[in-house]
Amino acid sequence: MSENLVDTSTIRGWGADANSDNDPTFPIRHREAQETRGLTWTRPTQQDADVEILQSVEHNRRPAVIGTSTPPSGISGMIRRYAFRRSESDWLHWLLLMGADRLNVVEGVIDDLGKGHVPNIPAEMGARAEWKHNKKGLVTKAAVLAGLTTATILVFRARRSKDEAKPGDADMLALSPPETFS
Amino acid sequence: MLAMNYRGPYRVRVDEKPMPAILHPEDAIVRVTRSCICGSDLHLYHGMVPDTRVGTTFGHEFCGVVEQVGPEVRNLKPGDHVLVPFNIACGKCEFCQQGLFGNCHESNAQATAVGGIFGYSHTAGGYDGGQAQYVRVPYADVGPMVIPDWMDPDDAVLLTDVVPTGYQAAEMGGIRPGDTVVVFGAGPVGLMAARSAWLFGAGRVIVIDHIEYRLDFARTYCPAEVYNFREIDDIVVFLKKQTDSLGADVCIDAVGGDAAGNALQTLIGTKLKLEAGNAIALHWAINSVKKGGVVSIVGVYGPTGNIVPIGNVVNKGITLRANQASVKRLLPRLVEHIREGRIDPKAMITHRVPLADIADAYHLFSAKLDGCIKPVLLPNGA
Repeated sequence: MSENLVDTSTIRGWGADANSDNDPTFPIRHREAQETRGLTWTRPTQQDADVEILQSVEHNRRPAVIGTSTPPSGISGMIRRYAFRRSESDWLHWLLLMGADRLNVVEGVIDDLGKGHVPNIPAEMGARAEWKHNKKGLVTKAAVLAGLTTATILVFRARRSKDEAKPGDADMLALSPPETFS
Repeated sequence: MLAMNYRGPYRVRVDEKPMPAILHPEDAIVRVTRSCICGSDLHLYHGMVPDTRVGTTFGHEFCGVVEQVGPEVRNLKPGDHVLVPFNIACGKCEFCQQGLFGNCHESNAQATAVGGIFGYSHTAGGYDGGQAQYVRVPYADVGPMVIPDWMDPDDAVLLTDVVPTGYQAAEMGGIRPGDTVVVFGAGPVGLMAARSAWLFGAGRVIVIDHIEYRLDFARTYCPAEVYNFREIDDIVVFLKKQTDSLGADVCIDAVGGDAAGNALQTLIGTKLKLEAGNAIALHWAINSVKKGGVVSIVGVYGPTGNIVPIGNVVNKGITLRANQASVKRLLPRLVEHIREGRIDPKAMITHRVPLADIADAYHLFSAKLDGCIKPVLLPNGA
């Protein structure tokens, strides 16, 4: 065995929890001491919900306390409702939710604009911190983004001018308008 | 009140939101004094956890002052300064009775696999979190603990997640005196797992990461042997050679789905999100542990499928243990460790940030800039 690089006698508290009689291992070992088994515990008061709560099909009753932060809404909400028809063991359940999450981002921007708020996306992405601590990285990313944008525009323009110069276009134009429209 | 507002992957801001209200007789409303950004929050921030809805507020590591309590709350009163475990747990169900507070059956309508967690997507119950000026705390008699007079609130806030998660990672390893323990990930949880490994009597603690400043921190804080996997051809072979070709007694995955180090896993898990994140740290843990050893997993993975070398688990006779930390179960012991000076959580805090600067704080932490180990938000000022 390789020689240890740290002298354990210098570690404060070394072995403090090594005694197996003092082992806080979980789940508790003596389950026979549990007061209840199965769905038989004294339930907390049931919370009422004034918003839509999606519920796993694996629950046979609604948990006593529920989160109400962001009810499903819009098209992403429709996808989420459909996803919740499937169990947690179904991969599609999670993939649908991931898809809904991506769509929800677009809905969020639309919602912002609808409220007259133009989101400052660079600020939301921490551009100030990037500028302060990683100028080179920010400049590189900006240059790459600008390069990609320029390249996309050039490709688009080149394709359009090629389309405009395509032989046969004139013949096609000559066919219109169809006689039935005249 | 002001609260963090998630707008999509890599985008957060602070907005005015309605004050939280008592919605259940066991609720309390807490004015937040400190709230951390956790490494687990980065999985949400990167868009890797399903059902993370635009408009939610993150934050499951926080402490604060009780402002208001529901009619069935007996153990807390307005004015108490409390730390609030990240688990939302009823304390009565089958699982809470076993000490599995992270698996409560009465706090998460959206899933049965995990209990409710503050500010951690609708997969964890759809609760708003503590990266806000005020937060609703359900089951207020069960989770929150009044912070002792002698305890620094900076230590207290780290007791809500990162300290118990790191400690439980070591505990689940079943470490015996003299064991060699390898921790994958030198974030706050990995650091605390490595520090805790000594408390269980480890003979050797090794930390693996790829960010130099985090490895430097681990070298002195844990204190551990540290290695940068970017500088090593094959980390599994390297670890085998470090342990007489046998493998480590215990391997701890303190990374989860945001791992780096493997192009295929990054493409499938991180970029395309077709599996529950990049599982390369778990691969390395399974392949680096000795036959008959223990792999302890506290890294967060999404709930979708994973490509995991389960054949090696069978053939090597490995014990896998994993869970969200059951904070309440561990608090008495961890409070004692802090009091005795055996662990020093607040030494991990590198950044203190006003809530208004949350977008910069998330980016700083996510991009590993400015030597960031652990950022703490101050939603109501210092």
